[in-house]
Amino acid sequence: MIASLVLVLGIFAGIVIVIVLRGASSLNLAMLIQTPEGGYYLGKGGGIANAIVGSLYLAFGALLLSSLFGLPIAFALQKEYLGRRLAHMTRLSLDILWGTPSIVYGAFGFIIMVYLGLRASLLGGIIALAFLMLPIMIRSIEEVIRMTPPELKEISYAMGTTRIETTLTVVLRQALPGIMTGVLLAFGRGIGDAASILFTAGYTDYIPRSLFDPVASLPLAVFFQVATPIPEVQQRAYASALILLVIVLLISLASRLLSHRCSRYIVR
Amino acid sequence: MPHISLSNLTIAYGNHKVLQNITVEIPNNQITAIIGPSGCGKTTLLKSLNRLVDLYEEIKVEGEVRIDGVNIYDPKADLLSLRKKVGFLSQKPYPLPMSILDNITFGPRIHGMNGKNLLDQIQKLEKQIPIDSLYPYNKQKETKSKKKHEMAYLVEFYLRLAGLWDEVKERLHAPATQLSIGQQQRLALARALAVEPEVILADEPTSALDPISAQLIEKQFKILKNHYTMVVVTHILRQARRIADYVIFLYLGELVEHGPAEQFFSSPRHERTRAYISGEIS
Repeated sequence: MIASLVLVLGIFAGIVIVIVLRGASSLNLAMLIQTPEGGYYLGKGGGIANAIVGSLYLAFGALLLSSLFGLPIAFALQKEYLGRRLAHMTRLSLDILWGTPSIVYGAFGFIIMVYLGLRASLLGGIIALAFLMLPIMIRSIEEVIRMTPPELKEISYAMGTTRIETTLTVVLRQALPGIMTGVLLAFGRGIGDAASILFTAGYTDYIPRSLFDPVASLPLAVFFQVATPIPEVQQRAYASALILLVIVLLISLASRLLSHRCSRYIVR
Repeated sequence: MPHISLSNLTIAYGNHKVLQNITVEIPNNQITAIIGPSGCGKTTLLKSLNRLVDLYEEIKVEGEVRIDGVNIYDPKADLLSLRKKVGFLSQKPYPLPMSILDNITFGPRIHGMNGKNLLDQIQKLEKQIPIDSLYPYNKQKETKSKKKHEMAYLVEFYLRLAGLWDEVKERLHAPATQLSIGQQQRLALARALAVEPEVILADEPTSALDPISAQLIEKQFKILKNHYTMVVVTHILRQARRIADYVIFLYLGELVEHGPAEQFFSSPRHERTRAYISGEIS
């Protein structure tokens, strides 16, 4: 048990140390607030604000879109709504989708975009990412919802509530911390994914002004920069990775804090 | 006319019959105790009275349960108003995942009970049940909005009715999970009362509680019985002796004997009842 703990912590520490050692030196304010200037990819001035803002747009957009569909689906998987068989089959297909490589989502999203006549754009990226996030979000939230004690629902029903009222008042409040964790999990997977947005979101040196402009992203910024032969640019790739890591960390901390506050009311 | 009468009620889970041909009338405004050994269908009988048995899978119900003349298993019967009329107290108290205050206002809010009819209801009850030191509505200090004022009044009234007010009045906005288990059961009682039921079902309401908390619940039941029809499942004979006015004795899914408590305990008619009361079978 201790060995596996050491292994996990060791891998985490290894990643952080490598990224910090190689990336911290080229991390500066310009990197955070400027977009790339001409010759940026040859080691000259500028920053990756385009990718930072782009990634946030993409991840939050996709989070919004997938929550819109994911939350109702997660609640509907309760046996009062779908019944056991249908819910079981839905769960099974979601598990398969969870394991599907993200490049497949990218290709699928691309086909939809061609069909709709969209070009590589923020909207395309959001749609592809939302597909990727959905199964993760639904499955993890649904697990928490299923853990709601049946007695709690019984009490609510015994007061003459409908299943919708019970779901939206009692079950929602009981599952709230778990819902936040599920949303966070989906966010983390989404913001770090490169393959699904490779064809769908494109890449650009500018911050997008509309949903139909192409958009840069941090994972792709890492990918492009680490692939160059120029050492300064490679270092910037690690700096970009560090920024990505910090964003995930901050979001994670914020959601922990929020869910801790809500969990005071949870019935155990 | 009694609120509740059962005729030939048979309930089965799949092929297993839990209750067979139960025919009995439950007297109004008394405490009726359903007693019998474990697994003999007490809880099922109780939960059949507000159709909580519907939540179980593969359940089959035959026969009739009439409440105020309406067969509640009629497909046209209104399930939600039935459950509003027949409140339920579970074995282990579960507070709803919200504050103490919200636990009480939960039912009234969902049912859109408000304003005048709510106050009328409470004031009628207030006349019938002497609750010491409840501040009269019109003398309570006015809060900002009328609605808030009504809700605050409602919360205080039902918490007093359940005998919990003095212990929680300082922390109405605290999570209900912070209460002790005995307090939680009285909160559950207040929460059920706030929906204004006419009947209260309780499934071994004291089995998870310490003796002092159990005593408080029993005391509250005795106060409430004049205004509500109460049905209590218990496997503690002594508790049935203490609180029951009427007793229903089940054995392996069959109704063995029922009758007024005094007669039931002093001169049981059936051999099995006698054996159960004297402790020969359990």
